[in-house]
Amino acid sequence: MIEARGLNKHFGAVRAVHEVSLVARDGRITGLLGPNGAGKSTTLRMLYTVLRPDAGDALIDGHSAVQAPLEAARRLGVLTHGAGIYPNLTARENILYFGALHGLARAEARTRAEALVGLLEMQDFADRRARGFSQGQRLKTALARALIHNPRNLILDEPTNGLDVMAVRALRRLLRQLRDAGHCILFSSHVMHEVAELCDEVVVIAAGTVIGAGTPEEIRARTGTATLEEAFVRLIGAEALA
Amino acid sequence: MHAILTVFAKEFRENLRERRTLFSALLLGPLLGPLLFAGALSLQIERSAGRADRPVQLALAHAERAPNLAAYLTQSGIEVTPVGFDAAAARQAIQAHRHERVLEVTASFAAHLAAGEPAPLVLYADSSDVASAADTEHVRGVLEQYGSLLARLRMLARGSDPLVLAPVAVQDVDVSTPAGRSVVALGTLSYLVLLTMLMGGMYLAIDATAGERERGSLEPLLTVPARRAHLIYGKILAACAYMSLSLVLTVIAFAVLLRFVGLERFGMSINFGPWVALRLVLYCLPLVPLGAALMTIVAAYTRSYREAQTYLGLVLLVPTLPLVFAGVMGLRPSLLYMAIPSLSQHFLITSLLRDEPVPGTYFAVSVLATLAIGALLVGIAGRLYRREALLG
Repeated sequence: MIEARGLNKHFGAVRAVHEVSLVARDGRITGLLGPNGAGKSTTLRMLYTVLRPDAGDALIDGHSAVQAPLEAARRLGVLTHGAGIYPNLTARENILYFGALHGLARAEARTRAEALVGLLEMQDFADRRARGFSQGQRLKTALARALIHNPRNLILDEPTNGLDVMAVRALRRLLRQLRDAGHCILFSSHVMHEVAELCDEVVVIAAGTVIGAGTPEEIRARTGTATLEEAFVRLIGAEALA
Repeated sequence: MHAILTVFAKEFRENLRERRTLFSALLLGPLLGPLLFAGALSLQIERSAGRADRPVQLALAHAERAPNLAAYLTQSGIEVTPVGFDAAAARQAIQAHRHERVLEVTASFAAHLAAGEPAPLVLYADSSDVASAADTEHVRGVLEQYGSLLARLRMLARGSDPLVLAPVAVQDVDVSTPAGRSVVALGTLSYLVLLTMLMGGMYLAIDATAGERERGSLEPLLTVPARRAHLIYGKILAACAYMSLSLVLTVIAFAVLLRFVGLERFGMSINFGPWVALRLVLYCLPLVPLGAALMTIVAAYTRSYREAQTYLGLVLLVPTLPLVFAGVMGLRPSLLYMAIPSLSQHFLITSLLRDEPVPGTYFAVSVLATLAIGALLVGIAGRLYRREALLG
């Protein structure tokens, strides 16, 4: 379970995130929805321990990302924005490197990596150097890398950016599979239908604050709109007027 | 500790696959420097040796005005070529490199000589031509000898003792040791060794920091459950490994190539055997962590690979500074200077090649001071990785 409690973050004079609280439960896919520059990435970065909040806390299975960042990190798999991998290593070596950094024994890491190569259908390129990988191949490598230590919680920052339809579908399938296995999944997106398609829960964020949360149905009902997109526009509009 | 080794192993392996980097760090650098150095040295020796075997050349304009002088020059072993140049022609002949120097006997030479007044001679030479300067100096010396010979004869003719013209007698004694003389040429060796050593780890230092950020792989790395300082220590360790490799290869290249340079013909013996090579490596090794940490810090502050390259190019100049200071200010080794990294290594290397004994305390201070400053920089690099601005 991933929990944010009153997160705040400033960059100089810019207020990036203000009093953001949210809960992403196990066995659920939670979407963090918001326009560009709303503070999605900053919120996620505080959750996955890369940024320290100015105030508030983030709990990963009850472990504070501020007080015990290593304990929190152990329980997290992270797919960062852009999913950078090492071009001079093969896909498998990229994955195993993170296995080692997560403290996995060599044999265990190899077994896990092999399973992930199968799960993500990476057999064709698993042992090729990553230089020249397609966007989809890079994403799969980064995803396998994030899952190598079999984390209970998974955070993905705009995972479908730059992917073709087939790759997006494969990703959705995988995320549902992981959810059904009881994992907690939190991902950010600014693409409406993607969130509507995949999420069990939605947290809408704009200008650094949470302006709505609940299941897609709840949000539609509360705003009195037919689609999530209209609900989104209405919520953002209300915020902009406020 | 585990994370340090994991990062080290990965960076080491990744760099091993970067062909161009490897080529410049482990082949081009360690080979090219020593090769150029040995080449330039042997060329210099070749030329000065060739010169020594050949008589000094002198074009003598209007030799008929001073037949005794011409005979004296020839007796002194100077190869005299009679020419009929006037002043303009003499200048032109030197500018066109037809002659290295021209001595013009002026029209009034004989008359002045007969009157006992200073008789004018004009010696044309190009002082910017370093190669011929020594020979011109020799000709001037012979002319002065001729002048003092005439002076002594005149003194005798007037019944005076010619020795009154020689109130002091100066004798030159060259006390430089054979190995010491060659050190003049070998002064740049310590710089080349230090430079190549730094270059060996430069690309890894850039790639592991600015490169990693540019590729977007830094952020995922920071999500793993490892202390950030440990991640950077692993990277510094990998840079250290490549720097040490470069250092060893460079020293080996020097040891091998300098055997082919004919220094012994000049009575100089550079005792560059395996033992000296080993000590040279030992003297430089303490500088490795310092250099690796310094380059990592500089690269971590930059925003891109390209920017890092620019700044690290400047960092590579740092080891030249002590050489410049030592040269310009004529610094001699002292306990205080031994606390300055890079300068102390320069002194240790120079002393080693001069075959001069180095006090044990000097060596100890050099090692300890360099390692201490290195440790400080490694610590700073570790703190730097805790900064959030690192993500860019």
